[in-house]
Amino acid sequence: MSQPILQVQNLCKTFGNHRVLKGIDMQVHAGDVVSIIGSSGSGKSTLLRCINLLETPTSGSITFHGEEVTAPGFRQAPYRAKVGMVFQSFYLFDNMTVLENCMVGQVKVLKKDKQAAKQTALELLEQVGMGPYIAARPSQLSGGQKQRVAIARALAMQPEVLLFDEPTSALDPEMVGEVLEVMRTLAKSGMTMLVVTHEMAFARDVSSHVMFLSEGVICEEGTPQELFTNPQQERTREFLSRFMAR
Amino acid sequence: MEFINDMQRALQQYGTQYLEGAGNTLLLALVGTIAGCLIGFVVGTVQSIPLPQSKGKRGLMYVVRGLLRIYVEVFRGTPMIVQSVFIYYGAFYLGGGFSSPWSAGILVVSINTGAYMAETVRGGILSIDPGQMEGAKAIGMTHTQAMVNVILPQALRNIVPQIGNNFIINIKDTSVLSVISFADLFFVHKSVSGSLYLYFPSAVITMVIYLTMTLLASFLLRRWEAYLAGDDNYEMVNRPNDTLEQTSGLYRAKTKGEKR
Repeated sequence: MSQPILQVQNLCKTFGNHRVLKGIDMQVHAGDVVSIIGSSGSGKSTLLRCINLLETPTSGSITFHGEEVTAPGFRQAPYRAKVGMVFQSFYLFDNMTVLENCMVGQVKVLKKDKQAAKQTALELLEQVGMGPYIAARPSQLSGGQKQRVAIARALAMQPEVLLFDEPTSALDPEMVGEVLEVMRTLAKSGMTMLVVTHEMAFARDVSSHVMFLSEGVICEEGTPQELFTNPQQERTREFLSRFMAR
Repeated sequence: MEFINDMQRALQQYGTQYLEGAGNTLLLALVGTIAGCLIGFVVGTVQSIPLPQSKGKRGLMYVVRGLLRIYVEVFRGTPMIVQSVFIYYGAFYLGGGFSSPWSAGILVVSINTGAYMAETVRGGILSIDPGQMEGAKAIGMTHTQAMVNVILPQALRNIVPQIGNNFIINIKDTSVLSVISFADLFFVHKSVSGSLYLYFPSAVITMVIYLTMTLLASFLLRRWEAYLAGDDNYEMVNRPNDTLEQTSGLYRAKTKGEKR
């Protein structure tokens, strides 16, 4: 098997006395779509935030193409540009238009010239169905529209991996569909994705690998087939039955 | 009417001096406020740099923060009139000095305004959702890039009313610089009333000029605020005939001859 893009080993994260992650091991290879499911407070989001170094891991190792990202002196900014993140609350830049949101990273971080950046931004915004809204400001958009812009903004950096932190949890039900549709298309195009989600249908249908997190450990993992039709652990069964019953 | 006659006399003899004084007041307030804002932005931004990991850099950061804190507390906690004499005569006492009251005046007003603005800017930065910084970091920006491109522009928009406040305060409070013989409007009033013995008529003229300047400044600042707030509406691109969008209240039809 080829070298994984991301490898996490024995990752622990403690907030004060609270141990949120208690030794996580995982690998992400090019083209993988990994869904991370689990109850609130199980550490899913913290895991993603540690991978992106928005939280500093307490112990353990995270390597990106074999390079340790928690090592002192590791340059975090260029790494974050390659590992994109889509947040639950979008975090679009309020002082910029939709188009500028998708250009600023390309210009300031990747040092592309403005015309090329604009071209890329326009293509991606068209792709997520936000082409007509390039002149709008984030405050003028609906949640689903904001999230689609946020995905375009992340894609504009041409990331190798894209992390999604509950991208549909802050949305009105009727807007969930449009965002999931964009993510489905992305997954089909071969994008490497790590998705924390409560959308079981998405996890089941789109991902190549599913991890069930419970109380800071990976309780069970496998293909969607294995996990959803034949869960081995009692806790997984309990969790899934609560979700599937709805 | 004797009062009207007195005002006329003062204006006829010293009209240009009043205007010059007003001009000096305005220029000093403007330069002092701009320089003060720059100081404030630097100090406020430095104070909001997160503490570094390594021990040496962390110690250095504590020292820098401590010094900036002392600066803010000293110049916010003493009257500007005392700061003027302190700096102006202090410089002479130490063997230096100022070539003109202008350089002393600009220095005093800038430092004083900077101390207030530092706190304002710090507050402005704190008021921005931390998510904005996370969003910027997530696309690979460094702390500085995120500050310059994302956080400070938003903070600036929030603190424009406070900048305006400082400018108006400076228009009025530069009057204390007459103690170091800075020829501002109040200085002119003092000399006019001294030579013509027209204390009240001159005071009325001075009041009216000050009020005119502050009202004008207030008006211009509101225009700037509205400009920074941006347009309420946006235009749809490549979908000019979508009736639903056009009636949604967000669409802005192009008016003939309007500049964009």
